[in-house]
Amino acid sequence: MIKLTVNGKKISFKGAPFKRLIDALREDLALTGTKEGCGEGECGACTVLLDGEPVNSCLIPVCQADGRKIETVESLGVPEKLSKLQAGFLACGGAQCGICTPGMLMTAHAHVRSKGKCDDKSIRTALSGNLCRCTGYQDIVKSVLKAAKGGKK
Amino acid sequence: MRGDAKSMTVLSPRSAAEAVKAYAKSPAALPFAGGTDVMVGWNMGQLNGRAVLDLSRVAEWKKITVVSDGVDLGSLVTHAQIQAHPVLKKRFPLLTAACATVGAAQIQNRGTIGGNIANASPAGDTFPALAVYEATVRAVGPKGRRGVPLVEIFAGVKKTTLKPGELIEAIFLPFPDKTPTRGAFRKVGTRAAQAISKTVFAGLLWNGKGGVLEEARLAFGSMAPTVRRLHAVERFLRGRRLNDVSITAAAELLTNDVSPIDDIRSTREYRLRVSRNILMAFLKGELK
Repeated sequence: MIKLTVNGKKISFKGAPFKRLIDALREDLALTGTKEGCGEGECGACTVLLDGEPVNSCLIPVCQADGRKIETVESLGVPEKLSKLQAGFLACGGAQCGICTPGMLMTAHAHVRSKGKCDDKSIRTALSGNLCRCTGYQDIVKSVLKAAKGGKK
Repeated sequence: MRGDAKSMTVLSPRSAAEAVKAYAKSPAALPFAGGTDVMVGWNMGQLNGRAVLDLSRVAEWKKITVVSDGVDLGSLVTHAQIQAHPVLKKRFPLLTAACATVGAAQIQNRGTIGGNIANASPAGDTFPALAVYEATVRAVGPKGRRGVPLVEIFAGVKKTTLKPGELIEAIFLPFPDKTPTRGAFRKVGTRAAQAISKTVFAGLLWNGKGGVLEEARLAFGSMAPTVRRLHAVERFLRGRRLNDVSITAAAELLTNDVSPIDDIRSTREYRLRVSRNILMAFLKGELK
């Protein structure tokens, strides 16, 4: 049996060990915030955090997440109480069609939380594995900057 | 047909010894590390019904060990771990630079150096750096260990010279005897991030006494079925002064060691022209 900690909750996964993490999250745990874009590790839409680091959940069989911590977009905030990052995206128009947004949020969340440099350049590097087909990159970077600045106050 | 998880058998060794034993017992199993390339094929349904040797619990192979004469990289060390290591950053900067260009954070956090080598893509971004640092790949199998020079581990596109039952346990990077005078890494893809290289270069050179070049180590990836050292160029330049005449003559020898093709990512002509420019810029000291 595979043991996962998903958004702080301990879960026993009884399905096929080679099931993709994204499918286990969406189908077995009903965490449908994580989206599948390309299914081949190019677009980053399916990004979740594995032990705190951004990874493509379409490229990980759930057996490799055994005993590890997973964070999905559902861990950030709820409509009544958005996280700083989500509020930043809302304020700056960081979401357009929305498919890339959960992945963008999770990658940005790890970056802001890492307490390293958080300027325009570092955000662009951190988010370079997340593609936005609406090409809304400027506002996404602005959103993250706003959240990072807000966090220091 | 998509990947069918129920059709897969997962073998989960808990140590290096268990991994070697399990692989000997199930030679058809597919060694599986970070999975960043294997999973792409699996998602397309190309690996259904296979047994997978999941190496992710082999803790011994996840370490970076600095020893007196070099650095030993466990095969399961990720591209992110390599970039963050202070000794690698200082002594093997072309490798850390190469690792920073592999996909983006999501891939660098998962993809491993051993998996990159075992996958044997002609476009492996770390290979030119490993080639000029003269890295040795250490394989372990039922008959014991052996070291293979990096350039000799590749037999062709997606083919290695690993013997049945052998797994990569580590990559050894020897410290250069003398600090290189100059070093550079350059990858050319369609865009800056998330791109597969059209051509990828690593070069080191050492100036000798009297203004002549003592040694140059030059390598290209994506320019042949496997990574190539530019032996003809290196031989030609040894003991010469670097100037416009010698550099132009050296660049003419590029095709002695590489033979790029037209494919979905680029053309032979483009690859040759850009690679020649990169080589000349490096020798002139203009490649930053």
